[in-house]
Amino acid sequence: MAFGAFSSTATAGPPPVDAAPRKRSYIALLLLLPGVLYLGLFFLAPLLSLIITSFQAPVDFGDIGQYQTAFKWENYTTVVGMYGEHIIRSFFYALLATIFALLFSYPLAYFIGVKLRRFPLVQALGLTLVIAPFFISFLLRTLAWKQILSDEGVVVSALKAVALLGPDAHITGEPVAVVFGLTYNFIPFMTLPIYTSLQSLDLRYVEAGGDLYASPARTFFSVTLPLSAPGVISGALLTFIPAAGDYVNASSSFLGGRDTQMIGNVIETNFLVLQNYPAAAALSIILMAAILIIVGVYVRRSGTDELL
Amino acid sequence: MAQGAFAESGADLELVGITKRFPGFTAIEDLHLTIPAGSFFALLGPSGCGKTTTLRLVAGLEEPTSGRILIGGKDVTATKSFQRPVNTVFQSYALFPHMTILENVAFGLKRRKIADATAKAHEALRLVELDHVASRKPQQLSGGQQQRVALARAVVNRPALLLLDEPLGALDLKLRRQMQIELKDIQSDVGLTFLHVTHDQEEAMTMADTVAVMNKGRIEQMGAPQELYELPRTAFVANFLGQSNLFTGTVRSSSGASIIVDVAGRAIEVPRERAQRHAGEVTIGVRPEKLMLHTVEPTVPSGTNVNGPGRVVDVSFSGVSTSYQVAVPGLGTMVVFAQNMVFGPVVNTGAEVWMTWTVDHGFGLADDPADGSRFPADADTQSIATERRDELAAELEEA
Repeated sequence: MAFGAFSSTATAGPPPVDAAPRKRSYIALLLLLPGVLYLGLFFLAPLLSLIITSFQAPVDFGDIGQYQTAFKWENYTTVVGMYGEHIIRSFFYALLATIFALLFSYPLAYFIGVKLRRFPLVQALGLTLVIAPFFISFLLRTLAWKQILSDEGVVVSALKAVALLGPDAHITGEPVAVVFGLTYNFIPFMTLPIYTSLQSLDLRYVEAGGDLYASPARTFFSVTLPLSAPGVISGALLTFIPAAGDYVNASSSFLGGRDTQMIGNVIETNFLVLQNYPAAAALSIILMAAILIIVGVYVRRSGTDELL
Repeated sequence: MAQGAFAESGADLELVGITKRFPGFTAIEDLHLTIPAGSFFALLGPSGCGKTTTLRLVAGLEEPTSGRILIGGKDVTATKSFQRPVNTVFQSYALFPHMTILENVAFGLKRRKIADATAKAHEALRLVELDHVASRKPQQLSGGQQQRVALARAVVNRPALLLLDEPLGALDLKLRRQMQIELKDIQSDVGLTFLHVTHDQEEAMTMADTVAVMNKGRIEQMGAPQELYELPRTAFVANFLGQSNLFTGTVRSSSGASIIVDVAGRAIEVPRERAQRHAGEVTIGVRPEKLMLHTVEPTVPSGTNVNGPGRVVDVSFSGVSTSYQVAVPGLGTMVVFAQNMVFGPVVNTGAEVWMTWTVDHGFGLADDPADGSRFPADADTQSIATERRDELAAELEEA
């Protein structure tokens, strides 16, 4: 009887715990450690420091640039009041640049990824040409554009000659130059992800669209575009996020002017010129939070959380 | 393509002198083909014979190098695929992965602005017994289910002409049988014209009213499945559609109702109307199941051909029937299918046998034996080995 009871509990009891999974998770943690350390040291710690700085208050009767730890949340309302216009302008310019880059990049990526499929060598060449600008510093390229678009440059004189531009109008220093510069600089970041999506697009779906009475345009919007959506979404994120925080194109030493200042320029001025560290930190946090919210909504709306 | 309305009935398809050249090779050469409305037509051939290209030309996915395509009497050669009253069941299914099953099936209806698209899509899904997965995505379905969805997506549009590109290739045997019957039912219910491309001869024969056997960009022979099987016109058809025993010989006399062909010294009779050529070198044949095996030399009634003696070199049992390979000196190896009327094989390997068949079952081919490259040579390795063994056996008997 006793034996019977014993054997029954032995068989009914939980199966012996295998030691292997536990060991494996231990190894997984070990493998994660360098990444976690890196993130902690170079992302979380500076972020924390930034947050603390954003609440700092000036030292009483201290020099310019001397601050002490405080909880001065008014910093945030102050910068929003002072630079709200710049914040809105930043996102507006970034949005425009993303749209223009998309309009330019999609046909380009389609041509390289789909039309050139039969010629792998030409396809590789096309792709190289998209990446080629990266071999030159983007500062130099932006400066070159400043030259090309300058008042003495060929573009302005040509446009003035055909009276598309007024006699004392400019291109540089105007919003159009800033948006142009942003678009130009981020086109490869838009093109490459779209190319990756289109390059693996199965053209039999396109054929099936045509077979099911969809005109080429209808097939594009119902089949091709949705199937390349992952590329469009990643490309848009890779363009919008850095463009919103960009401070080179909009700076007056490059393509921008006084009225085209973006949030990046304001942060730069506050940090390096005015030495108003709390204001710069608060603006940085606002920029980051705004981007996080916009991207979060965007990704949720496109229903592609798994893409990221 | 008319918007908002279904095709009234199937349309006939006419291909006039279609040639399709790709860089480097010709896929189809001067193809003439007429498929009557409401028929189930199968294009049968090995891979690379041009059958899929033909289908793609009809669907509008390729443009012919020359020739015209007419659907229901209307020239559609210059129109794009979305303008043709044609739907295709693709070999790869090509179900849109970003749409649900229902959206996939309703896609064509919505493009043509047909009323109650969703209701009609549900109806089509019920037809293939998949209405319960309407809200799923294609990748959540098994291969066989995707297959049926692809079929529903095409059939729901009631096209005048439905093209099927090896649509049952991915299915297992049982499901394939079931789908064959369903397809046939749908076709006769709806009265559509079906053009079915396949390399599976059994599928073509069981489903189609008319089968066209295609080889190297040409149609070798076209007709009802039974007609093609019983009276093949070329060696390619004789071998691609089932198996055949083929012999090459010279016509000795061609008087009366049959011609007599001298094959390696044996006289074989073939009915005159079943022979394509009546003089000179000819190739004749007979189907393996038409042969009778005899273990003693049979007395020959008139109207029967006798071949033998030969030696059984291989016996393979396949349930319903048994296949015997018989090596006949001078003729090569012949294949005999015998119904399993008794338990076990009638004869064993090594037995000496004679084969007889009714003269009416023989057929004569149109091929010229002179360009013999298309037939296996008589001196294939197996027959050489058999002859060698016969010689050795004879020597041993003498010793």
